[in-house]
Amino acid sequence: MKEHDSGTRTYIVVWGALVMLTVVTVAVSYVHLGMMNVFVALLIASAKASLVALFFMHLRYENRLVWGFALAPLFFLVLIVVGTLSDTLFR
Amino acid sequence: MRETTWNGEKPQNGSASPRGYLESKGVWAWVYTLDHKRIGVMYMYTTLFFFLAGGVFALLIRIKLLFPGQHIFTNQTYNVLFTMHGALMIFLFVIPAIPSGLGNFFIPLHIGARDVAFPRINLMSYWVFVAGIVVILFSLVRPMDTGWTFYTPYSARTAADVTTLSFGIFLIGMSSILTGLNFLVTIHKLRAPGMTWHRMPLFIWSMYATSIIQVLATPVVGITFLLLAMERVLGVGFFDPAKGGDPILFQHFFWFYSHPVVYVMILPAMGIISEIVPAFSRKPIFGYKAIAYSSMAIAVFGFFVWGHHMFVTGMSGTAVILFSLLTYSVAIPTAIKVFNWIATMYRGSITFESPMLYALTFIFLFVIGGLTGMYLGALGADIHVHDTYFIVAHFHYTMVGGTVMGLLAGLHYWFPKMTGRMLSEKMGRPAWLLIFIGFNVTFFTQFILGFEGMPRRYAEYPAQYQALNILSTVGSWILATGILIMFANFVRGLFRGALAPPNPWKALSLEWETGSPPATENFEEIPTVTDWPYGYAGRQT
Amino acid sequence: MSGQSTHHGPGAAGHEAHMDPATAREAATLGIWTFLATEVLLFGGLFTSYIIYRIKYPQIFYEGHLKLDHVLGAINTVVLIGSSLTVALGIAAIRKGKVGLLRLYLFLTLLLAGTFLGIKYVEYTEKFSHGLYPDTDIFFSLYFMLTGLHGLHVLAGMVLLGGVLFLAGRGRYSESYHTPVEISGLYWHFVDLVWIYLFPLLYLLG
Repeated sequence: MKEHDSGTRTYIVVWGALVMLTVVTVAVSYVHLGMMNVFVALLIASAKASLVALFFMHLRYENRLVWGFALAPLFFLVLIVVGTLSDTLFR
Repeated sequence: MRETTWNGEKPQNGSASPRGYLESKGVWAWVYTLDHKRIGVMYMYTTLFFFLAGGVFALLIRIKLLFPGQHIFTNQTYNVLFTMHGALMIFLFVIPAIPSGLGNFFIPLHIGARDVAFPRINLMSYWVFVAGIVVILFSLVRPMDTGWTFYTPYSARTAADVTTLSFGIFLIGMSSILTGLNFLVTIHKLRAPGMTWHRMPLFIWSMYATSIIQVLATPVVGITFLLLAMERVLGVGFFDPAKGGDPILFQHFFWFYSHPVVYVMILPAMGIISEIVPAFSRKPIFGYKAIAYSSMAIAVFGFFVWGHHMFVTGMSGTAVILFSLLTYSVAIPTAIKVFNWIATMYRGSITFESPMLYALTFIFLFVIGGLTGMYLGALGADIHVHDTYFIVAHFHYTMVGGTVMGLLAGLHYWFPKMTGRMLSEKMGRPAWLLIFIGFNVTFFTQFILGFEGMPRRYAEYPAQYQALNILSTVGSWILATGILIMFANFVRGLFRGALAPPNPWKALSLEWETGSPPATENFEEIPTVTDWPYGYAGRQT
Repeated sequence: MSGQSTHHGPGAAGHEAHMDPATAREAATLGIWTFLATEVLLFGGLFTSYIIYRIKYPQIFYEGHLKLDHVLGAINTVVLIGSSLTVALGIAAIRKGKVGLLRLYLFLTLLLAGTFLGIKYVEYTEKFSHGLYPDTDIFFSLYFMLTGLHGLHVLAGMVLLGGVLFLAGRGRYSESYHTPVEISGLYWHFVDLVWIYLFPLLYLLG
């Protein structure tokens, strides 16, 4: 779509990173870190998601408007979680 | 058919045919149309049909409430009546009427485009809407008795066909999402050369804000109804306490959509008012940026306040205080608009044709509705009037006094443009008067009834409430009469109205530069825009 | 509005021809990202439920996740990531006008997607044979709802990509026009994205 495009090589490197991160997240799940397990798992998942979004989904080369459309729903997702938790957590 | 002309000018619309976009005839020219104007007209007819259908249910409700005690209908039938009234009106009329009807017709015209960004998706949205209606009709084999809010646990257990209805509503929601998606991209990408964001009509700002809500809120109600259906079919236990679920979670999800959706209902109407008030005051709109940005603020803040529907459910103390406080924030951008409309009229040169009558009615009735919303946002007050007729009156003042009046204002304003014919003021004004009087008699009494403690959704009531109930029912008959006369005016206008000139109101937005009705391609040449559409300068022009 | 200079409108004939190609591409991009935003909120309701019930019933979630086959889950994750790669490579190919290569990669994507669904089928039947159903407890309600909804989206994606594959065979796409391929690709990557979160949340975290 744009002049800047990821090449084949970039895609394969990103894929490699994604597979590696999958291995890492499975491995870490065997280590008992208590509450940190959740945090680490979500961190790794978010890293993978960012790689998919930035490279496979081309966000790296898109303009601010597209970034806005891509990120806006995340704000509202946080909103529904926080709002509902404000009730269920404190009953 | 009278072939009168207007002030001697010949009606023209810039295309070979005087019928403009209405030229091609036949069913298939409508079923397969990609023309946003035709799609808008189809939506308009469909939603207005459900306005009348929902109205019939309302009249039946009010007849039942003339007499306390089990007369006329059983209590079970009554439960079905108010559920059908609410569900039909909200999902099949109030939400889609202005956006999918008038919005589809006028957004491309307002921004100087030939159509929306995705005409095929536009057509698909209409047929998905119709599919949703068909599915909902199928569910009537075992009609809904849950109230339009479908609260669990009752909605998960009732014999009524909630499962089928859930899929119907999912489809309606899908249609809403596709419309909102289309409008967002259209407004970003298809504005005519020179039409910067601050030269757009305010109707477009309000439709943009509306579309944001449609796109982000509707999926949540989609998943909510899906989960409700799964609870009934698969025994999934999200909302079932016996399985560890929480019925209040249903309400959180339901209202996360249903509160923002009231702004889907009101923002387009406000956009229409912002078009009509300057035109009929012959003055530029006061506070263009304030109105534009406050529309966006309403769209965003509207997402923060859903818990105020749930104050008495047993939510945590933290949540009730949080949501009560946040509810006050959304009043501010709303009030800003009202001040701006009034300031626009100040020292204007005002005339009172039907569009302006309905616009003024909107301002008056919506302020009452909105202010009573403020009482309800106060936790301590809401606890006393929740689930009483006070609430019923509040939302009818906002949804009918607000959205419906805005819709009627828009219909009267844009009827000449859409149909190429003028409505009759001789019929229109008495109709308006009956609607205004009937509405207030019906619903103001309900504020009093609610304040005095009469609960909503009850088929029977103690004798002390009967007098006001009778008054309210008589009001509904006056309101119904006015609406019927108004529809008669529409029908008469379609067949025998005087031929309309391109710009009967001498308004300044781009749709008035096309013919009445417009040609299929809207504009012979896409205009280049150099100014905002509110350069009114008094009555001489 | 005064002062309108003459400006020829592009193609008064049909509604299809009313955007120039660059605008049409940008519009399509905005359109698909808007649709993906709706999907975030759709799955968002389920993710919200997950969070709330996990906090409320940590024991049920711990025991539940042990009953899931995380090896199959991990394999499925790699399968789906692979399918994202093949889609991306397919798009890279058509950007250079290589239709044949595009079709190959689309075919591989469908193969991998089918594998994903096949493994899910194995998982589901295994659960059922152990008496674990959507109404067993709150964890399995969430497991089946989340993976079920996701699976439906995989299926829809297969139909979409299958359609693109078919039209590619008809010569519809080229170096200069392949917008539907890009859009379908974006949808497919989103389906991968959801699974990237589902996998640890359901299979790994106890």
